[in-house]
Amino acid sequence: MARCDSKSELTFLKDEVISHLHDESWTAEVNAKLSSIRHERVRQPVIFIGITTSSIVAGALKTKAAIEQYLDDYAIDADVICVGSHGLCSREPIVEIQLPGRTRVAFTNVTDDRVNSILDGALNGFIQPENALFQYHSDIHEPWHGIPFRHELPFFKKQNRVLLKNAGIICPDSIAEYVAHGGYRALAKSFRKYTCDDICRIVEESGLRGRGGGSYPTGIKWRKALQVATNERYLICNADESDPGGFMDRLLIESDPHRVIEGIILSSYAISANKAIVYIRDRYKMAIKRIQNAIEQAYEVGLLGYDIMGSGYSLDIEVRKGPGAYVCGEETALIKSLEGKRGMPSIKPPYPSEIGLNGKPTIINNVETLANIPEIINNGSQWFASLGTENSKGTKIFSINGQAAQTCLVEISFGTPLAVLLELAGGVKDGRTFKALHLGGPSGVSITADELDAPIDFDELPQRGIIVGSGGVQVLDDTVCMVDLVKYFMHFIRNESCGKCIPCREGSNRMYQILDNISKRPISKEGHNTLERFKGVIQLETLAEVMRDTSLCGLGQTAPKPILKALKSFREEFEEHIFDRKCRASVCRDLRTFYIDIDKCTGCTACAKKCPTQAIYGTPRSPYFIVEERCIGCGICQETCKFGAVFFK
Amino acid sequence: MNINIEVNNRTLQAHKGETILEALNRNGIRVPTLCNMADLTPTGACRLCVVEVDGRDNLVTSCSQMVEEGMRINTHSPRVVRARKTLVELLLANHPDDCLYCERNGSCELQDLAAELHIRERKVLHKSFTQKLDLSSPSIVRDPAKCILCGRCIRICDEVQSVSTFEFVNRGCNMYVGTTMSRDLNFSNCIGCGQCVLVCPTGALHERQNVAEVMDALSNPEIIPIVQIAPSISVSVATEFGLKPSKDVNGLLYTALRKIGFKYVFDTAVAADIATSEMASELIARKESGNNLPMFSSCCPAWVKFVEQWYPNYIPALSAVKSPQQVMGSLIRNYFASANGINPSKIFSVSVMPCLAKKFEAQREEMTTRGLSDVDSVISTRELVRLIKLYGVDIQGVEPQHADKPFNIRSSAGKLFGISGGSAEALARMVYFKLTSKEINDSKINEIKIVSGVKAYSFNAAGKTFTFAVVNGLKNIHSILQVLVSGEVKLDYIEVMACTGGCVNGGGQPYVDDDKFVKLRAKTIAEIDEAEGIKCAARNPVVQAIYDDFLGETGGEKSKKFLYTRYSKREVLL
Amino acid sequence: MSNAEKIEEILDRYSYSGPDSLIPILQDIQNELGCLNEEAIVLVGRKLNLPTSKIYGLATFYNQFKFESKGKNHICLCNGTSCRLKGAKWNMVYLEENLKLKNGQTTRNGQFSLEVVTCMGACEHGPVISINDEYYRGVDPEKLKTILNDLTQE
Repeated sequence: MARCDSKSELTFLKDEVISHLHDESWTAEVNAKLSSIRHERVRQPVIFIGITTSSIVAGALKTKAAIEQYLDDYAIDADVICVGSHGLCSREPIVEIQLPGRTRVAFTNVTDDRVNSILDGALNGFIQPENALFQYHSDIHEPWHGIPFRHELPFFKKQNRVLLKNAGIICPDSIAEYVAHGGYRALAKSFRKYTCDDICRIVEESGLRGRGGGSYPTGIKWRKALQVATNERYLICNADESDPGGFMDRLLIESDPHRVIEGIILSSYAISANKAIVYIRDRYKMAIKRIQNAIEQAYEVGLLGYDIMGSGYSLDIEVRKGPGAYVCGEETALIKSLEGKRGMPSIKPPYPSEIGLNGKPTIINNVETLANIPEIINNGSQWFASLGTENSKGTKIFSINGQAAQTCLVEISFGTPLAVLLELAGGVKDGRTFKALHLGGPSGVSITADELDAPIDFDELPQRGIIVGSGGVQVLDDTVCMVDLVKYFMHFIRNESCGKCIPCREGSNRMYQILDNISKRPISKEGHNTLERFKGVIQLETLAEVMRDTSLCGLGQTAPKPILKALKSFREEFEEHIFDRKCRASVCRDLRTFYIDIDKCTGCTACAKKCPTQAIYGTPRSPYFIVEERCIGCGICQETCKFGAVFFK
Repeated sequence: MNINIEVNNRTLQAHKGETILEALNRNGIRVPTLCNMADLTPTGACRLCVVEVDGRDNLVTSCSQMVEEGMRINTHSPRVVRARKTLVELLLANHPDDCLYCERNGSCELQDLAAELHIRERKVLHKSFTQKLDLSSPSIVRDPAKCILCGRCIRICDEVQSVSTFEFVNRGCNMYVGTTMSRDLNFSNCIGCGQCVLVCPTGALHERQNVAEVMDALSNPEIIPIVQIAPSISVSVATEFGLKPSKDVNGLLYTALRKIGFKYVFDTAVAADIATSEMASELIARKESGNNLPMFSSCCPAWVKFVEQWYPNYIPALSAVKSPQQVMGSLIRNYFASANGINPSKIFSVSVMPCLAKKFEAQREEMTTRGLSDVDSVISTRELVRLIKLYGVDIQGVEPQHADKPFNIRSSAGKLFGISGGSAEALARMVYFKLTSKEINDSKINEIKIVSGVKAYSFNAAGKTFTFAVVNGLKNIHSILQVLVSGEVKLDYIEVMACTGGCVNGGGQPYVDDDKFVKLRAKTIAEIDEAEGIKCAARNPVVQAIYDDFLGETGGEKSKKFLYTRYSKREVLL
Repeated sequence: MSNAEKIEEILDRYSYSGPDSLIPILQDIQNELGCLNEEAIVLVGRKLNLPTSKIYGLATFYNQFKFESKGKNHICLCNGTSCRLKGAKWNMVYLEENLKLKNGQTTRNGQFSLEVVTCMGACEHGPVISINDEYYRGVDPEKLKTILNDLTQE
């Protein structure tokens, strides 16, 4: 996506806006221009289209092309602006239209085939209320009849969108829009009013804790870096987000990259670092482009580089692409990766805040943590501390997916019960039965319905055996097999383990094998090996405890969590797999036992010939039968049979 | 400063700034370790040394955790013991079951751990993946199936030897120790020093076996087996035979070898004396002309391979004289054989060396005479011990004997070749004698400081100042080479031994679990040098006799033909 | 331009960097050549004065680096939790059974190569597969069969 800001807009920002950012003492002319950048009043129709990785998969680029084609065909003068995502992933592509004098309206699931009909109506002032999801509220414009306001929709009402304030509304490729919407005020204020010590104090008082899963108090962590006597420090923004099923950071960066940049600059200022690095997964191509673009723009208008805003403070930001390793989310492994080494964690102490990148104090913060800083500075630590609970202040972003009725990204205050997450996602898809809510990915646990009343809190949840994690949430229904899910997580851990320490490297492999054994029918000469499978499960508990006690880093220490919780909450499913050799969700295909319907079987011998374990016997032309002990559930017989005589229970 | 800690309900004294493990070891409390290496920073990889510390949720690795005042530690609580046991069981699950056939049966750290932790049940046999046996190198054999991924070989090759042949490849349970592009050792930049073999806790790395062919030769009546023993061997094997570690069993070894069946036994130190004579002439000549200085030693074949690979521009600087092993081998084949009416092709020439790179050196094509290797087979010290025990020789019950003529008398300077700095000392003595006809003494030697990790000294002889430097452990060579390039100091001779401490710490030496035994070997050699009368090769009557009888003069035609060699650049994956 | 020349050009861009730019250099080389090889490792080692074993060890550690070039059609299969729950497993099984293709491999005829990734961030539309940067959503083995057939015919 080409940058949205023209040269003249950037010059305008640099020369006229930024110098008065701290007190907003602009002339009426400047204010008017900022208002027009905010699209408060438009002279011609403006069409906003959400372009993010997930909307592209839904076809947003085709939609955009269709819109541009339409405008071209009908020679209509209208602006087409790319925006980020509201977090309503299942409604994408979302197209918003703002006509002169009217409020901005949002249309959902606008695939390219629907473009013509929507534009036909909207551009001529006719909007069918049932097509539109919401409209934005405006003091000066006439609302559309029959269309709910955005802030009234239950989806938005139940949330507290502090970090996602601009997401889906502003153009992520435009620094002008970010500034016009209140951006970089915190930065300007800080350079005038606060020393780095002040900022640390404010963040400490606010109670902000790390959002990447560690939940360590941010202000206290920063202070540690300041305590080391040196003039070289680093701030690293951890945007590696390799958690399978979490896209919080990606969506934030793709929708409002300048918020993150402002957070980085403020945090670097707080710890007196002159170099910041954004470590972002190489796979997040669009997010990388957007943040690189945002950094370039910030340099151009003097918000990065030498002597920012005349403050005397200088900062350089470099973007480094993570080559792909979940373990590089761990601080010391991330640092190793930046130093050009294998990402194997080191022992702590010494902590990175004392000895980090190149031996210098290094602070690593998650994207979401950093994105909180501008609002904390803008509104004050008291304001932030008023959100949330006693020990967990502020808001948290969650990405809810899995078997949710609507995949979405939400931001809610701490203290909200977990059940709200399920509500926001619209419950389970297709009306199926809810089984569990899984929080925290491969290091997290599955929460049953009776535990959903627990409040989201960094200290409360762990007391109940639940972790908040980095924000990935999966809704599980009755089509999900818990044994298979837990096996999947252990498979992930096994592949992503760095291999340095014995408990994680060997333990995760062993645990995976035990789970695999439970969900498969291995060919065993002795026949049933139920005892072995049972012994394996007992061994799981020992291995889990040893992994937790002795692993070098968080990956190994938290790897056994899903299994232990699943064994507790879903014991019957495990027992069914072990003793009854049954998978109630029909996911563990290899557990199936096949039977031949003697009424349908013609004795053609085709299946017997194909069976890999010679489990099918009989006399030709008479019905055959399958020896249960030898059947490994592969299903080749069922595929081969032309008479539909093979079935499984 | 002393601080108090409580270990297993007992108060102990610990020093501020030391780790829990150091405090425990000093107080005689043993905690198993696997990845811990002396003198290198702990990595906390194996997790076996975990202990329980009050106030900590998880178990803590004692190798990396510093002691704190008032710390309460439990080293063998049920939780800790179960953790250690589980960790070793996990290692055993991937490990082949063939202890009885394994190289390290009886000296394997994993075996010891399994016994110590009372592991009585095989939880599962699982082969996650197997890389094939690597038999490509003449010095070292790799058996990746037995590797427990402790990382010691990688660290010693990288941090101590600066060769970096090995590195972890892949990740997680698919991780293995490999070379660049997972090639075999003969394609890699391995110099064969064998330090990795010394640190490997299991049978994953061991020496190439040559005992079988030696035994074949010994039982073949047509063959005349001849053996030479390196200087450091006799001070390194006492404990293997139940004797005091500092005992020099030189004479006993000759008896033992004769009992096994060797027709002639020789002392490599004699060849060292001859090599010293040649090197002295060579150095004096270079000093005269001012060309090709400094001269680098060439008796360490790992160092020679290192130069051929990384610093081929220094090849002309290497001494062209063969190593003592090869000098002896060549003299046996080309002088001793004819002098005693023996057909050289009937000789099976064996050398006993503390070094695995010597196995490589013996089969270099420059080290042959008319198509026959000068040294047919090299066995390491460990192999020698096995051979002696296999043939049922009771070292404690035999009388010491002398080596056979003509290679039976050596100067103590020849013995010094076994320790770092020894060959330089021998050369200094010879050069001084050649130029002044007098013997040098300590007062004439001035120590100088150039860079850390390098010993250097100078002395004057006949109006010329000679500056010698001594390097051991290849990581120390780079700084001295930089000094050479910058021209800050003028050096005449640099002795380089690849192994830290010299040949007494060679890759083929018996395994020890404490550094002090290696230091004791070096000390014994130094004491021999102190005590003996013939301190310079020039004073060795045997050396003079061989020159009179066969070689003629140092640097002469015969010397050049039989005792000199050449080197060439090697293209390997650096 | 030969491969060696391309590599040298990339290395020139990093003339003033030290060994910590190893990963960006390898990323650029892989983008240019399609995969890494022995020649690249040797040239990089020489330039950065690093042992080749360290570079090889690093390249095999991370998911991104490949030593086998991609096929004509490179299949990225998302195996993130959401796609997994929606059935990504059966697509992997289909590819293994019908194309004999496992993660990280290329078919013998060079037509297809497979890379299993965790979470492309399009969780709503899973199971997601992207082939040559074209995204397909809600893929099941039937749909996959059609997609692959279409690609083979092109």
